[in-house]
Amino acid sequence: MTSSTATAAPAPLRPLRARRGRAGWLVYVSIVIALGLLSPLVLVGLDARQAGWTEIHRVLFRARSQRLLVNTVELSVVVVTAAAVIGTAAAWCTERCVLPLRRLWTVFLVLPIAVPDFVAGYAWHSIKPTFTGLWAAALVMTLSTYPLIYLPVAAALRRADPGVDEVARSLGLGRAATFLRVTVPQIRPALIGGSLVVVLTLLSEYGAFEIVHFQTFTTEIFTEFQFDQAAASALSVPLVLLGLLVLTGESRVGRRGRISRTASQAARMVRRRRLGYTTAPVLAALSALIALAVGVPIGTLIYWMQRSERSTLPAAATVGKATWATVDYSALGALVAVALALPIAIMAVRRASMARRLIERSTYLTQSLPGVVIALSLVFFSIRYAYPLYQTSLLLIAAYAILHFPLALVCVKVSVVQAPPRLGDIGRSLGRGPAAVFARVTLPLIAPGLIAGFCLVFLTATTELTATLVLAPTGVHTLATQFWAYQSEAAYGAAAPYALVIIALAALPGALLGLWFDRERYSRLAVQEPA
Amino acid sequence: MRNTSLALRCLAVGAAAAVLATGCSSSSSDSSGNGSQTITLYNAQHEQTTDALATAFTKQTGIKVKVRSNGEDVLTAQLEQEGSKSPADVFYTENSPWLAQLDEKHLLAPIDAASLQQVPATDSASTGDWIAVSARVSVLVYNKDKLTAAQLPTSIMDLADPKWKGKLELAPAETDFWPIVSSVAKTYGDAKALAWLKGLKSNAAPNDNIPDNETVVSDVNKGTAEMGLINHYYFYRLQTEMGKPAVHSALSFFAPHDPGYLLDISGAGILKSSKHLAAAQKFVAFITSAAGQTILANSDSFEYPIGDHVAASPELPPFSSLQPSSFSVADLGTGEDAKTLLQEAQLL
Repeated sequence: MTSSTATAAPAPLRPLRARRGRAGWLVYVSIVIALGLLSPLVLVGLDARQAGWTEIHRVLFRARSQRLLVNTVELSVVVVTAAAVIGTAAAWCTERCVLPLRRLWTVFLVLPIAVPDFVAGYAWHSIKPTFTGLWAAALVMTLSTYPLIYLPVAAALRRADPGVDEVARSLGLGRAATFLRVTVPQIRPALIGGSLVVVLTLLSEYGAFEIVHFQTFTTEIFTEFQFDQAAASALSVPLVLLGLLVLTGESRVGRRGRISRTASQAARMVRRRRLGYTTAPVLAALSALIALAVGVPIGTLIYWMQRSERSTLPAAATVGKATWATVDYSALGALVAVALALPIAIMAVRRASMARRLIERSTYLTQSLPGVVIALSLVFFSIRYAYPLYQTSLLLIAAYAILHFPLALVCVKVSVVQAPPRLGDIGRSLGRGPAAVFARVTLPLIAPGLIAGFCLVFLTATTELTATLVLAPTGVHTLATQFWAYQSEAAYGAAAPYALVIIALAALPGALLGLWFDRERYSRLAVQEPA
Repeated sequence: MRNTSLALRCLAVGAAAAVLATGCSSSSSDSSGNGSQTITLYNAQHEQTTDALATAFTKQTGIKVKVRSNGEDVLTAQLEQEGSKSPADVFYTENSPWLAQLDEKHLLAPIDAASLQQVPATDSASTGDWIAVSARVSVLVYNKDKLTAAQLPTSIMDLADPKWKGKLELAPAETDFWPIVSSVAKTYGDAKALAWLKGLKSNAAPNDNIPDNETVVSDVNKGTAEMGLINHYYFYRLQTEMGKPAVHSALSFFAPHDPGYLLDISGAGILKSSKHLAAAQKFVAFITSAAGQTILANSDSFEYPIGDHVAASPELPPFSSLQPSSFSVADLGTGEDAKTLLQEAQLL
């Protein structure tokens, strides 16, 4: 069941030296990618230096900072726990149980990630204006981040071998014990990776917290921005440190045992559990979750549209244009993020070493920085070193890829962990060319992760606001920027359609994931044969 | 694993090609400007009004305007990062301190004297490097179901009185709040201003950190808070959005010349780095001209035009009836003192 039995048993099919050469190439590529992703930190460093120690001391060592630190830590603990439980339970329901309208649920369950955080915040605030503080922030954030855990865990469950669970059951282990001792270890990389991204997202969250009056370092950065940009960047330093702390903690937990299935243990189809009399409560729970996470914001948006006295609803053409721009940038950003994540994931998984782990870990760090800090650092770099790219689509796409890279990496990594490298070698030994093997063996094996990563980045990018406002080509509007433009003029009725389109768009990748799952049966059969 | 590397290469090349395709397509459409001139406007004012101004300007002069909208703090930071390579020609802000900050860093070019003469001299920069465009008044907004006009404080200083505990809402991170702080400090000194701010904070808690004025005005209307400090136009916008029957709040002006009764100035500056200085000057001249000021007055922005002889929206009290204090944009400067006081009071 553990990786040691999986990797030690079979003799290598090719000489070790060849492997080493190829591995080196991957490491270099990964280093280049990691350096690119870390470049925003350079500006943080420069700004901190420019602000000077006195200024940093003044902003950081006040009574307020301690409050901010406590707030940030408390919130992270509450939200990660809640999101992990909800995300895993939901993934278990859609992947391992007989669920009526299962495909529909898989679409609905990822929708909350496409609800812009400021919309969710406003929705709750307008229902109950006294809804503020830690628990308000925790609720809003749990509902919007649990898909970050649901998606990778669902992808992992799809790939995990149900046979192992069955063996455990047949050996007399109870249902709960089987889940905790057998299933959880199999989905652990996904669970931990997802939780990591949730924490990092919380660190950099802004919009929702402002609305529910919850202060963290990031809301403070946005405020400090009004004073002194250098000092605001300096405030990012604690965020980076917190991010480092979380990453260190994660790698300690995450290293315990890795599950890779071997060809001889190739998974067979999951036999879904019948829920029987628990069907109704499970459906009720899922419905309640969707109602809170998606229903409340959508209800608020529709209410805004009805309440508005002004008939200045945006023209369909403007909505169409903004939709096209949003889809275009988000899809390309997601594509780039996944393409960059693939080499890093393969490098980190195929052979573990301190250096490789360090390279991989470092790529998560930017996720803890607020979008505006990353956006301004891209302004800094492109103005100096790539002026022709400044305020072009290209830079915005790069920004999306950088901002959301960890989301892609978590998903891709999960699939790479589960894909046995030997299958590719077998394909080669059977006389197929490298491209054919990649396309017909490796790609189908890691496809769920690639697609999950693409969807996750795409969904998150459609709601991106701060970096888009800074970096989009002048005059180009996305759905999020249009929503913002109307909302900041108190024209809520005119703003609502843009947010509704964002949420509607999110149904697409969700559906795509569902479709892929059905296709999977065939590719899995194909994988089974060589065994 | 050459197989993987090759496929990766394919994927990377494919992605890069796709990205380049969009990158190029958009940049080529940008530059295909058939000979006519285009200026770039960085806009922190309300977008719809700015669009109306830009459209009318293009109609009159043939010069196109590309607009990039964002918060004034981020746009200022962006302009500072861009420095001499900024693609921006004109910067149009909601509040004057941001222009003062850019002026301090020598990023602004002098405004044509003819344009400056279209607005009151005391409202524009003393250096002549940015120009006033419109004005707003700082007022109290209160919920009519909870308070009567007679109960309301007549001075900004009274708001720190403990009798208002739990009744007030504040958005201290909004630039609109700075002139008030600065004005109180100028009138009574820093120590008294700080004590006053602490009183305000304690009266407003836990609503002492509302993200924006739109939320303040909407919360007061809902009755979540009994009163709030805003600039007058947020109230009129809410009224337009919701319709008069749904409005349960009203505005109250402070006593004439009270340090809390202020005119806040919105202005525009031309970037020194602009490659279209003449066109940029024309734009600034247009928005401060009678034609531009009339568009402003008739828009949903509900600000006061300050150019000569242009009447404000009939919904507003006439400009001539206002009796603000003498506090000016020169007194406000970059708002540095206000910011420091707000931080000392732990409001920021």
